[in-house]
Amino acid sequence: MSGEPLLSVEQLQTHFRTPDGVNRAVDGVSFHVYAGETLAIVGESGCGKSVTAMSILRLIPEPPGKIAGKINFLGRDLLTLSDREMRKIRGNEISMIFQEPMTSLNPVLTVGRQIGETLRLHQGLSSAAAEQKAIEMLTLVGIPSPETRVKDYPHQLSGGMRQRVMIAIALACNPKLLIADEPTTALDVTIQAQILDLMRDLKHRVGAAIVLITHDLGVVAEVAERVVVMYAGRKVEEARVADLFANPRHPYTQGLLGAVPKLGSSLTGETTRLSEIPGLVPSLKNKIQGCVFAGRCFMATEVCHTIAPALELKAEGHAAACHYAPVEAVAA
Amino acid sequence: MSAFTADRAGVSAATVHAAIPMPDVLPPVKPRRGFIGFLRRNPTIAIGGGLLLIMVFVAIFAPFLWTKDPTALAPAMRTREPAARWWFGTDMLGRDVYSRVLYGARVSLLVGVAVAALASAVGLAIGLVSGFFRQVDAVVMRIMDGMMSIPPILLAIALMALTRGSVQNVIIAISIAEVPRVSRLVRGVVLSLREQPYVEAAVASGTRTGRILIRHILPNTLAPLTVQATYICAAAMITESILSFIGAGTPPTVPSWGNIMAEGRALWQVKPYIVFFPALFLSVTVLAINLVGDGLRDILDPRMAKSL
Amino acid sequence: MSTPLLQVDDLKKHFPIRGGLFGTVTGQVHAVDGISFSIAKGETLSLVGESGCGKSTVGRAVLQLFPITAGQVVLDGQRIDTLSASSMRPLRQRMQVVFQDPFSSLNPRMRVRDILAEPIRNFGIAKDAADLEARLARLMDTVRLPRDAINRWPHEFSGGQRQRIGIARALAAEPDLIVCDEAVSALDVSVKAQIVNLLQDLQKELGLAMLFISHDLAIVEHMTHRVAVMYLGKIVEVAGKRSLFSAPMHPYTEALLSAVPVPIPGQARTRKILTGDVPSPINPPKGCRFHTRCPYAFDRCRVDEPELRPTGEGHIAACHLHDLPRAQNPLLNAVAA
Repeated sequence: MSGEPLLSVEQLQTHFRTPDGVNRAVDGVSFHVYAGETLAIVGESGCGKSVTAMSILRLIPEPPGKIAGKINFLGRDLLTLSDREMRKIRGNEISMIFQEPMTSLNPVLTVGRQIGETLRLHQGLSSAAAEQKAIEMLTLVGIPSPETRVKDYPHQLSGGMRQRVMIAIALACNPKLLIADEPTTALDVTIQAQILDLMRDLKHRVGAAIVLITHDLGVVAEVAERVVVMYAGRKVEEARVADLFANPRHPYTQGLLGAVPKLGSSLTGETTRLSEIPGLVPSLKNKIQGCVFAGRCFMATEVCHTIAPALELKAEGHAAACHYAPVEAVAA
Repeated sequence: MSAFTADRAGVSAATVHAAIPMPDVLPPVKPRRGFIGFLRRNPTIAIGGGLLLIMVFVAIFAPFLWTKDPTALAPAMRTREPAARWWFGTDMLGRDVYSRVLYGARVSLLVGVAVAALASAVGLAIGLVSGFFRQVDAVVMRIMDGMMSIPPILLAIALMALTRGSVQNVIIAISIAEVPRVSRLVRGVVLSLREQPYVEAAVASGTRTGRILIRHILPNTLAPLTVQATYICAAAMITESILSFIGAGTPPTVPSWGNIMAEGRALWQVKPYIVFFPALFLSVTVLAINLVGDGLRDILDPRMAKSL
Repeated sequence: MSTPLLQVDDLKKHFPIRGGLFGTVTGQVHAVDGISFSIAKGETLSLVGESGCGKSTVGRAVLQLFPITAGQVVLDGQRIDTLSASSMRPLRQRMQVVFQDPFSSLNPRMRVRDILAEPIRNFGIAKDAADLEARLARLMDTVRLPRDAINRWPHEFSGGQRQRIGIARALAAEPDLIVCDEAVSALDVSVKAQIVNLLQDLQKELGLAMLFISHDLAIVEHMTHRVAVMYLGKIVEVAGKRSLFSAPMHPYTEALLSAVPVPIPGQARTRKILTGDVPSPINPPKGCRFHTRCPYAFDRCRVDEPELRPTGEGHIAACHLHDLPRAQNPLLNAVAA
């Protein structure tokens, strides 16, 4: 991974004003995405991963939300752009796939219209050309008989088909970055396998970088190259996928990996107990003293409760925010 | 950033580097507790409730608010313009409009509250039964549909035509007209509640049907019903005024806002204040009740805001 | 062999589709279409399948939450699907349920105390008020919740804690069988592990039988003794855990296993990806219901519906491939390879 990153997020903070305090949903998250790579952001519900994704596209309503920090995309800071300039980027240079394909599609427009709309808007295609392109896109995402499907309404398609249409809409304008927020969570396993396969295949053909938001470590292992682990609005670890799964350095990541049963466990021997992370995620409405994970960490000491650990490189390309994470020699 | 070393038995020495503290992006919000905090978070309830409290105060303490006998005739002082002696003027029989309007608040609020209570109670019973027992449902709901096909005001007029005009009969007539709407609402809520896993779990743990209705279904219908009751209260006050205005409501001797307006109708072009003041009080009261209803709806269930 | 705790024979549940002006029945959803299984005392049987396969309907039918269309449900030798509501009520003590959604499975207007006390009172389990208190306190301990939390309302708890309350309610009746309908599916990874461990401990300590309904194969493998795989209202395969996960004998099971993303990066797997979607249960396909998506389907599968038949020790599957000569059966060859 070298050269200029496509997207670099620096010290992103997204806070929300609520009647009983400021919710620090995302509090100082930085990461880079390089052209053509897949970065997964993984974490449990409420860790701020979806808010991070929405913040990149500035889809956070302000107020009650407020975004601070820097989001550099191809040399521009997205947070300083006007709403008009931002609209030109959304769906064109950066597009997004949401979790729920039913509610993200407009029920009263045909899928052809919905794919064509972004094309007419951003690329000024005529309706005929847009429909032609829509059919091409449906073919690309593997929808059978696209010439007839293009005239279908969303309710005539199954869940898996709708998610394919969402992907077709997202890819219609050849975006440089695709943000996928839990794209397979609402789908059945066999359909999820189809969609993951499609995403892998399309990545090679289209060449867009992908930011994949998910809670499913299996999905991460299968499609991502690098991973950011988030907890309570912070980034606690970042590494290449193989390094993260082989050698997790943050106790939260270790706990998370141990908490997932692996398929085939009954064949490798007796079933072991799953590792638990005791306790609950802290409220983000109070400022947290020290490490955000200290309250649930088995190795937390006084230091952890008083001093927030800095996110530092613990090995090559492997950063963690933990005072006790083992450090390997890192070339300065 | 400061670095120092901490030791702990069994764990390798840690190198402690503190993270840069993150600034506040938004000014800190002090969560306001208690009554003042509640009002600040729910301005519609604060405004609506405030206006409503004033109306209730006026209705209760009407005799002490510099009023005269609202029914006392004074033929010598007919249709006087508002002045220091008659704040809202006098009507064509010389009665003090200010006193009549204040006493009229009693009638309007009584009708509103009584209809809301009566229609809710009856509608709740019908809705619970027909939502839970499907055999009853088909019959009851067709009757309710039939009643709903008649505009409530017409139904109330028809019912009043059968009886003698009195406050009590007005309350009953308006309640009957409002019952179908309430029972429809309750039935809809019950139908969705009986599919809830906690109701299924109650069945599975051997709870009897009666107890399921009372402990599991009924309490969960009260929130939407309360909101509906406020709207019924406001609608009933308007209906009462209409009935009195067209002479089908409370007897003319009772100083209700509808009656005051009815009496001022003939003089509307030359003495508009006779109609203006009761109309103003009615509008403000209805607005206040609706504001409270909207506020309650938002508090009790944010999702319901869409369905109502 | 002793009588199983629960025996289900040829269970069918069809839901009528009403339409038109007069609500006439215009069709039937074949949610469950003739399935049989049994659960021994202290055993966990898992029912797996994708959404719409009818697995949750089976759970509710076993619990007698609605009348079944055909077949029978036998609890410890006694047929229960023909009982009246009042004669069924005392028997409900023996079967309890834990639902998926920790939010809608607890009545928001009841305190934890009342939620847990309800089954105890219904079945007259507690001798007196002091015994009731002692039982409530023990239940809170069993599900690892602080005792003083008993006077709180459900909304004061997190998802995982609510699920513990749901489990405590199920345990309050001292049942022999618990139906877990996707009981851990809605929970976050770390909380899910807590609840899975709790359920496993409880089963060992209390000797409970469990009908564990889930779509998550990794959790199922972790929890269960035996597995029944459902597809479109039918059971296509039943086997012991090791046998099923090592050598699936139905192409659907094979595809299901291969579709699960595994949290081990770089593990290059030759994945069997099914094409197409699950057909509608209103008009299920003729012949084998899986033939529209099956990679191995041949002519016979399109006309002739396969029966469940033994393919190994305690292993049954419904697939015509097992009638073919061994060398031509892709399922057996995949295992060998």
